[in-house]
Amino acid sequence: MEIVFYAIGALLTLALIFGAILGFASIRFKVEGNPIVDQINEILPQTQCGQCGYPGCRPYAEAIANGDAINKCPPGGQATVNTLADLLDVEAEPLDAEDGAEPITKVAFIREDECIGCTKCIQACPVDAILGAAKQMHTVIVDECTGCDLCVEPCPVDCIDMLPVAVTTRTWSWELPNPNSSLIATDRRGQTA
Amino acid sequence: MNAVFNKTSNGIETTADVIASSERKIWPLVGGVHPEENKHQSTGRPIGFPPIPAQLVLPLSQHAGAPAEPLVSVGDSVLKGQMIARANGFVSAPIHAPTSGTVIAIENRRIPHVSGFSDLCVVLESDGDDRWCELTTVADYHALSPEDLVNKVRNAGISGLGGAGFPTAIKLAPSSPINTLILNGTECEPYITADDMLMRERAAAVIEGAEILLYMIGATECLIGIEDNKPEAITAMQQAAAGKNIHIVVFPTVYPSGGEKQLIQILTGQEVPSGKLPADLGIVVQNVGTAVAVKEAVLDGKPLISRITTLTGDALSAPQNVEALIGTPAADLLRHAELNDAQLSTLVFGGPMMGFGVDSLDIPVIKTTNCLIAGTHEEFPSAPDAQACIRCGHCAEACPSSLLPQQLYWHAKAENHEQLMHHNLFDCIECGACAFVCPSSIPLVQYYRASKGAIRTQEAKHAKAERSKVRYESRLARLEQDKAEKEAKRKANAERAAKLKATKATDQPADSKGEEDPIQAAIARAKARKAATAQRANNATSTLTTAKAELTSLQKELKIQLSMAKAQVKKTERALAAAESSGTGDTDQLTSNLAMLNEQVGKLQKEFDQSSLPNAQPEKPEKAVKPALSDDEKKRKVELAMAKAALKKAERALAAALEHDNETTESLQQAVAECQSKVNALAAIPEAQPEAQPEPKNDTGHPVAKKPKPVLSDAAKKLKIEVAMANAAVKKLQRAMANAGDDEQAELQQKLADAEQKAADAKQKLDAL
Amino acid sequence: MALINSRTSNKPPASISQRARETSPHTLGQNSTQRVMALVIMATVPALVAQTIFFGWGTLINVIWCSLIAMGCEALVMTLRKRPVSFYLKDYSALVTGLLLGLALPPFAPFWISLVAVSFAMIIAKHLYGGLGQNPFNPAMVGYVLVLISFPQEMTSWLPPLGVEGYNNSLSDALFTIFPFGQGIEVDAISTATVLDVMRENKSLTMDELWAANPVFDGFAGRGWMWVNLAYLAGGVFLIWRKVFTWHAPVGMLAAIAVMAFLFWGGTGSDSHGSPVFHLLSGATMLGAFFIITDPVSGATSNRGRLIFGAGVGIMVYVIRAWGGYPDGVAFATLLMNMAAPTIDYYTQPRTYGHNKANKGLPGKD
Repeated sequence: MEIVFYAIGALLTLALIFGAILGFASIRFKVEGNPIVDQINEILPQTQCGQCGYPGCRPYAEAIANGDAINKCPPGGQATVNTLADLLDVEAEPLDAEDGAEPITKVAFIREDECIGCTKCIQACPVDAILGAAKQMHTVIVDECTGCDLCVEPCPVDCIDMLPVAVTTRTWSWELPNPNSSLIATDRRGQTA
Repeated sequence: MNAVFNKTSNGIETTADVIASSERKIWPLVGGVHPEENKHQSTGRPIGFPPIPAQLVLPLSQHAGAPAEPLVSVGDSVLKGQMIARANGFVSAPIHAPTSGTVIAIENRRIPHVSGFSDLCVVLESDGDDRWCELTTVADYHALSPEDLVNKVRNAGISGLGGAGFPTAIKLAPSSPINTLILNGTECEPYITADDMLMRERAAAVIEGAEILLYMIGATECLIGIEDNKPEAITAMQQAAAGKNIHIVVFPTVYPSGGEKQLIQILTGQEVPSGKLPADLGIVVQNVGTAVAVKEAVLDGKPLISRITTLTGDALSAPQNVEALIGTPAADLLRHAELNDAQLSTLVFGGPMMGFGVDSLDIPVIKTTNCLIAGTHEEFPSAPDAQACIRCGHCAEACPSSLLPQQLYWHAKAENHEQLMHHNLFDCIECGACAFVCPSSIPLVQYYRASKGAIRTQEAKHAKAERSKVRYESRLARLEQDKAEKEAKRKANAERAAKLKATKATDQPADSKGEEDPIQAAIARAKARKAATAQRANNATSTLTTAKAELTSLQKELKIQLSMAKAQVKKTERALAAAESSGTGDTDQLTSNLAMLNEQVGKLQKEFDQSSLPNAQPEKPEKAVKPALSDDEKKRKVELAMAKAALKKAERALAAALEHDNETTESLQQAVAECQSKVNALAAIPEAQPEAQPEPKNDTGHPVAKKPKPVLSDAAKKLKIEVAMANAAVKKLQRAMANAGDDEQAELQQKLADAEQKAADAKQKLDAL
Repeated sequence: MALINSRTSNKPPASISQRARETSPHTLGQNSTQRVMALVIMATVPALVAQTIFFGWGTLINVIWCSLIAMGCEALVMTLRKRPVSFYLKDYSALVTGLLLGLALPPFAPFWISLVAVSFAMIIAKHLYGGLGQNPFNPAMVGYVLVLISFPQEMTSWLPPLGVEGYNNSLSDALFTIFPFGQGIEVDAISTATVLDVMRENKSLTMDELWAANPVFDGFAGRGWMWVNLAYLAGGVFLIWRKVFTWHAPVGMLAAIAVMAFLFWGGTGSDSHGSPVFHLLSGATMLGAFFIITDPVSGATSNRGRLIFGAGVGIMVYVIRAWGGYPDGVAFATLLMNMAAPTIDYYTQPRTYGHNKANKGLPGKD
């Protein structure tokens, strides 16, 4: 019988010691905030477009950290989904976009003679990339535009176009070589995927 | 060194002399390959001077950095050597007219760029006179400060002639002290002999340029590196450099010893640390051609308007080096070298190892074009199909940067950027030695270039995302602050009001007056303004200009309304298309809406046309009516817009309901239909109004007609607000219904009915008005 | 990609626009996979001749038979994968695999042994992993190990070499033993233990006694074996001279075997494991050193890595020979080191130009 008490006593002592260590560690090595949210947010493209159903990238990052699907970011494309899958160690799902196509980088362009200066787009822009004032013509700061689309809907006169960013000699780069022309189509899929 | 030398040289007579005079230690290149040199074809003739071409195409981007900014416009005539585009920023270089003539276009033309794209070019039609502009010569450059000389180089538009085209002036004004100047006469690429011929024929100019460069950068030592396959050039240079503090260093021929980093390693044994510049080691490397250009710029005041270019390849009957004017189309030069059109299969700008193919003979020679190869099919057969990589490792042995090309290849194929960075992809100089030796003919360099591009794009994207994040967060913070400020203001106002109330309680009689005052004042102000408007409208009949001003503002408003209506049509069309494609939603309703909207747009358009019609005949007095009319229209438009908003909202509610709960949709649909009918009724009013109201105005033709309207509109406004509120209530209830459970449905239904009744009542009253 | 928009006066020949999109370099060296493989095949000829002389026609028949199976398997897989068969057969890699397996199998091994070994090597070990360049294990050795484990009796039945009683140089005997369509010979009845076998089993005799007592011993190593190994060595030196592979892996392996054999020699007594020279010239040492572990696909990548890879194989070959359950261990040692090759690669990256030290390990962990 005595030995039972010894055993229980020993276990209790161990529990106390480890509890103390864990308690100490939780205070000593406390991490402020939720680092995984920051890491996810870092991967998201920061277009703040809301296409994921959340009002911005950070809220979506928080939602992912809480278990939402990782494939709701059309501007990020499949690459973002894959990176997120890597980070979170989950299966990479196919992108949940309408056409499933990879995103083309676009910027907003205001047809300036049609602009009536209503400032609605300025209020909609999540990154303050539209310049203008009431009754004044507005214009887009191309370098800051994330191509999020959010200014298109509020425009009462539909004078905002989303234009794909043109490739110039400065942004051009080689593409990965095509698979051999002598190989057949089923192969090509494997090589470009 | 002797041993190494003899092993690689191919029996050149002067080798022995060369070795005897060059005693410096050299550090042999790591890796490297020995492609067939093919240099003898173009060294048989002296440097030629092709005739001035009829047309010169001068790309604004011939150098690394920002494109130059044109200083001339179409039709200007320019003199030879005149600056026609100035440097745009620090890393940029100006461009000068290579001959006298007329600017006939500034437009996008094909440029010698690996992408094959077009870019902005100044097109110059030569007049054949070749008249120079005024040049400032310098007899003794020692009289000028190095800074002045660097400025001269900058203004002469000199950028590296070796291939990369980095603006020379920047390299000559480094931040760290320089002790060694290296002139690159290596020319390790097959076929190219431009530097070889330059050193043979103009060795003295090279040496002179070297001395000027030494003075400019304050270096103590000058090394000129030349491969041992150019004995004539070596002899000429040694004779020219005799007795000067300039060393001609000869080393074995191996590709790519002419790379800047490789040359530094061969001559000094030092390696340029990754991500740093040679200047950080106290070394500046310049091409021998650049040295001659510097000499001409400093002593003769001549800008960089021509360069030595090798014309070679089996499709030419007279391969040679020429002094080509910058901007000469390839076709003119190749004709000079007797191009055999039928044999031409490949046209390469640059060398066969690092150059790029082009698909047009119109592409001009630019400052960096050291060679044009017009190759036959036998000379440059198509690359065989790539086989599988067997990891033989030949590429790793050939790599001058000691990379592992086969590993880079695997990771590039897998687009594994992390691994690529780990394997130092960006230390790859793209020399092509790996692809040259690859037994499986894999286009390795293309893999590396594509991966580098992808990584750069991704980094740029990431940087932009970072910036967007910061902007987004600062915007949120700003909005937050605005809100807080507004809140504070509201609080302050409330406090003030409370205080006022308190004082009012104590001091009633005085206050009552004060309370009424501001409102009265406002009314008075409004009246005054209206009177003034009326006055102005009256005046308009007499004064043409005033009328015009009024009219334009009216037109503007009409135009806005028109475009808004058009946008609405567009949106409805889109919704209709979506509804049709998805099969959900009420397509019939949408179609009818669309028809209605189209009608409205038509009407607006007509009004707009009418309003602009009198603009053509501004004498007519009818114009005076217009301001009044526009007031009316405005109101109508407001109604229309409200009606449309209600319609849109109702539709949205229905869509939401459809999405959320299928059971309530039926009742909701009904509710929405009712709402829709109300909206339609509302929309019908403006149709009636304009027809009814413009009449008296048109009859009288006087602004007096305006008087009854404000009264009417005030009442209408109130009613309309009521209708809108009722509609909002209906909508809210609908939303609640969508979310509510079954038990609450009945109650909500009741409320909804009440609200609808209210809305209907309000609308009736409005109709009555 | 690039658009040809304005071509006014100078119409270029059609071909220059086709060729313009090719990436540099525009000229390639003369080296090709076919050439590499053809040189390897050429380099096996001396050993093939030696082995045929010392062990009878069986070797030659096996080599031809295995080559045919290998080509057949390659063609079969390529057809199934809907790829151009001739394009892949022309790289000769299948031929080399078949050839090396043919040389490694016992000369009188029945035809189905070769069939199992080669088809397993080609289909499972090579193509199921993705084909040429993708296989982590040396296909020939995978096939060899499979039949070695599955059919130990057939795989250890070596006929007496030239100069030993029972040596058979009859072509028809060899043919009909391998393909049982006619009267072959009873392999079991005349097969003898190989020298490595005898050495491993030896518990009582001193080295001198062993050499005197057993006719399979001769010179420094086994009768016939020594010459076969020397023939492989000659072929290997030829390949190094023609720069087909570098000296690193073979030297690493041979040096490691020599050092191990020297350290654990044990003199000439009965507990001796055999002299370094004996080990270098016995069994599959030279075949392994120059033709097996130099397979670039499954080996290490950098020169330093290859040295380490070779040394690892050498050590393990000796360990298996001296203390393991099999007389020879080249196949096992190669497969074990194949597994270690990626790790070796990670830790033997060369120092890149402009960097102070070489990257090591996995990205993100340096």
